[in-house]
Amino acid sequence: MSAAIRIKNGKVYDPINNVDGEIKEICIKDGKIVDSVPSDSHCIDAHGMVVMPGGVDIHCHIAGHKVNLARKFQPEDHRHDVQPRVGNLRSGTGGTVPSTFTTGYRYATLGYTTAMEAAVPPMGARHTFEELHDTPVLDKGYYVLLANNVCLNQLLEKGRTEEFKEAVGWWLNAAKAYAIKLVNPGGDEPWKGRKNSNVHNLDEQISGFDLTPRKIIKALIDASNDLELPHPAHIHCNNLGHSGNYKTTLETMKTAEGRRAHITHIQFHSYGGEVGKNPTSQAAEISNYINDNPNISADVGQVMFGKATIMTGDAPLTWLLRNMTNNKWINADTECESGCGILPFSYQEHIYTHALQWAIGLELFLLAKDPWRMVLSTDHPNGGSFENYPKLIRLLMDKDFRNEQAGNVNQKAIANTNLLDIDREFTMHEIAIISRAGPAKLLGLSNKGHLGIGADADVTIYDEMKDREAMFNAARYVIKSGELFINNHEFCSDLDGRILHVEPQYDEAVEDIIRPFFEDYYTVQFDNYAVDDDYVHGAEVIPTKSR
Amino acid sequence: MSKEPDIVKNAICTFCGCVCDDIELTVDPDGKRITKATNACVLGKSWFLEHKVEDYPVAMINGKEVSFEEAVEEAAQVFVNAKFPAIYGLSDTTCEAQKEAVAIADYLNGNIDTTTSVCHGPTGMAFQGVGESTASLGEIKNRADFVMYWGGNPAEAHPRHFERYAVTAKGMNTPNGKEDRTVAMVDIRPTSSSLIADIFLQIKPGSDFELLWAMRAMVKGKALDNTLEERTGISMEKLENLVERMKNCQFGVIFFGMGLTMTRGRHFNAGALLELATDLNDFTHFVALPTRGHGNVTGADNVVSWQTGFPFGVNFNRGYPRFNPGEFTTSDLLGRGEADALCVIASDPASNFSQKAIEHIKSIPVISLDPKPSVTSQLARVAFTTATYGINVAGTVYRMDNVALKLRPAFKSPFPSDEEVLRAIKHRICELRGIMINKTAAA
Repeated sequence: MSAAIRIKNGKVYDPINNVDGEIKEICIKDGKIVDSVPSDSHCIDAHGMVVMPGGVDIHCHIAGHKVNLARKFQPEDHRHDVQPRVGNLRSGTGGTVPSTFTTGYRYATLGYTTAMEAAVPPMGARHTFEELHDTPVLDKGYYVLLANNVCLNQLLEKGRTEEFKEAVGWWLNAAKAYAIKLVNPGGDEPWKGRKNSNVHNLDEQISGFDLTPRKIIKALIDASNDLELPHPAHIHCNNLGHSGNYKTTLETMKTAEGRRAHITHIQFHSYGGEVGKNPTSQAAEISNYINDNPNISADVGQVMFGKATIMTGDAPLTWLLRNMTNNKWINADTECESGCGILPFSYQEHIYTHALQWAIGLELFLLAKDPWRMVLSTDHPNGGSFENYPKLIRLLMDKDFRNEQAGNVNQKAIANTNLLDIDREFTMHEIAIISRAGPAKLLGLSNKGHLGIGADADVTIYDEMKDREAMFNAARYVIKSGELFINNHEFCSDLDGRILHVEPQYDEAVEDIIRPFFEDYYTVQFDNYAVDDDYVHGAEVIPTKSR
Repeated sequence: MSKEPDIVKNAICTFCGCVCDDIELTVDPDGKRITKATNACVLGKSWFLEHKVEDYPVAMINGKEVSFEEAVEEAAQVFVNAKFPAIYGLSDTTCEAQKEAVAIADYLNGNIDTTTSVCHGPTGMAFQGVGESTASLGEIKNRADFVMYWGGNPAEAHPRHFERYAVTAKGMNTPNGKEDRTVAMVDIRPTSSSLIADIFLQIKPGSDFELLWAMRAMVKGKALDNTLEERTGISMEKLENLVERMKNCQFGVIFFGMGLTMTRGRHFNAGALLELATDLNDFTHFVALPTRGHGNVTGADNVVSWQTGFPFGVNFNRGYPRFNPGEFTTSDLLGRGEADALCVIASDPASNFSQKAIEHIKSIPVISLDPKPSVTSQLARVAFTTATYGINVAGTVYRMDNVALKLRPAFKSPFPSDEEVLRAIKHRICELRGIMINKTAAA
């Protein structure tokens, strides 16, 4: 067990417990926050520093087949950004898709201690856990792609909704996932089976099925709520990136009919204008809807200028972008479950659309009345690397900096947004909400995102600096599960994190429906498909309705 | 594992990259051999049925039997006394063992490389240059109505590839199997595979790139000069007909083998083929996949990639990974006489590398891990006999389409696994080098 630690004299930001910048002692023992520790415990004097819970990334792409494809795809991205071996830590490489060890160390360097891989087809679960095992420091889980699952969609089109729900339960267990992910619901079948076409409307019939995207969305929102999963259905809406797509986004949110749903990288789904023409900002419209509907949460998916890597289950979108950039491109289909596209990308200040995307993301943050439901993300590495978070925080906290930056980008784009009219500057308290407390709450991680007694001792200590980018760029201390990982800006000793997943109850009779489907259409035996406990040893199972 | 040693259902064959996972093994009551391997192909049957536990020492130093501990100590000493230790092989072992090997290379500032560098290494390089459109094999089974094999002979190298995945396999949109497909083969000579093809293109040796580039031009509607047939052996009409079929299918796939990647043009060939598949996506859904050979060579690519960022040919001399095929690929660095210690896992470079490389191997201390004696193990300073993955050892392997599967071993071996040997060596190296591995990170 870890030694006890006392953090004194630090300015504590712990929004869940209504602590807003108080000088307060934080005590740590056996991996948890406790009310006191012996007087001779190791003491960190955090005078002049800010103490926060460890950061929680609700949406990033850090492990699994598509990530590894993108990783080995771009040696040019790694060679200029190496991570030398220090002590017993492993070496690695960075860039927008760092090696696994480097991913863990660099998240920790920013003060993040939990991260959720956002899109894995169930067949890729085993691979994902292998990589997550090699991603140090972080506690982590992943969201399983179910909105283009042929077996599930066949149940749905036949109206077998009860069996559908049981099958969803089976799949969550078999793949040891944390939440249900929807990506471009219904779009894979036309992509793979109809010569690279797509669906564009929630009420359009999906080729090959008597089914619409809306029905899939509704069914998975219902399943998430009925199974009482800690995190609601995590939705990448249809029409990502298309002008005028804000209508699809509004329709998707309305489909929840008041039940909980999370719309991810909503920046990419807040565009006005007409298809095929330049987009405009509909950030205000989207913000208004979310402000008025507390069942909806979102993360932004901020675009940051510079190198990014598009990697998504939304294969048709990547193909579209590929044809615009002519860059090298990956498509990777998973049988009966998913599509995938990967493309190196660069967001450039002078390009109208990129500048508009950048501004829309900031508008969405700044117009959100409830920061608990508008989470900080760049959809790493789609909008840019997670290593951009410090700069993004500065853009939110420092209006002068923001306006100065806005002056350096395509002015036609800025003029088409309300960015310059917004005076809001995020407080430190609000930053603590959008980067840890909020996402922890939305994930249903009751032991994370706060520093109350009994919470996981995931604690970050930053030097308080005027330049918020510099401040959040490198935590002075990072404590993970009660162990010091970064001590006075230096790595201590390598640390593992643990897997987080759910095990909702389901009726095992549903296997009689799924097994024959496997025998006919999968190339992996049904009995070799489910991931067993060997791949998630030491995992924490987050409670659901039935277990 | 359950205590029913007689039958192992859904066992996984790691003989080739097909990694068939529907094998039913019957284990002899003596627990030392497999008597039946239902569903396995001819290669799989020999893999399982001819496997026996060698009556061989667990470890030897300079050909003399020693204890496991003594061998680990000697291996660790060889490693830490080397300035440029190289680790090679890894395509016929579990991912768990592969991870330990990369860790050793990292802690020693050594070199790590896999047999990928001598098979589909050019594919890996082409992939980095141009990308790929790919799919898991079930998509081929369910959807592909146009299937092409280029430079490979799956009937002999991957005998169940046709039946399980690509030709006679029946799937969602291909309920009649082969009747629902057009099958094309490209090779320099007729093979047992080309017999089943609807279209066979016998091309002139070494003209793969020219033909692929001509096909790309046709797909893009560009004019070709009339030297095509003279250069490649394929007439314009035949090629036009083929390209039209490719453009008009519902879902097309090209599988390619070492006949493409290890012939003149190498990564240019692989790149041209991957680009052709990409180009065809302007018209229809089209993918391409290398038919990988060894049972877990795909796992080796994956493990080395996620741990270092690069798929093979990785060097840690500067304390961080660098990638340079030709420089850090083992056959090349041995050929230049560079490494001063070599560790070989599940491979036999002393029998199949260039003469120059073999001469260098003979001049440096070698550590070998192999279930069977090999030329390399015979000349090794330290030789470990290890248990066979998939038959005796559990763990993870990746099919040629990157699908990860968990092995179901049939019976126990008296020998340690590669993973156990490598981990023991790693621990001793870290002790000697003063690297404090904590117990969690060492797991």
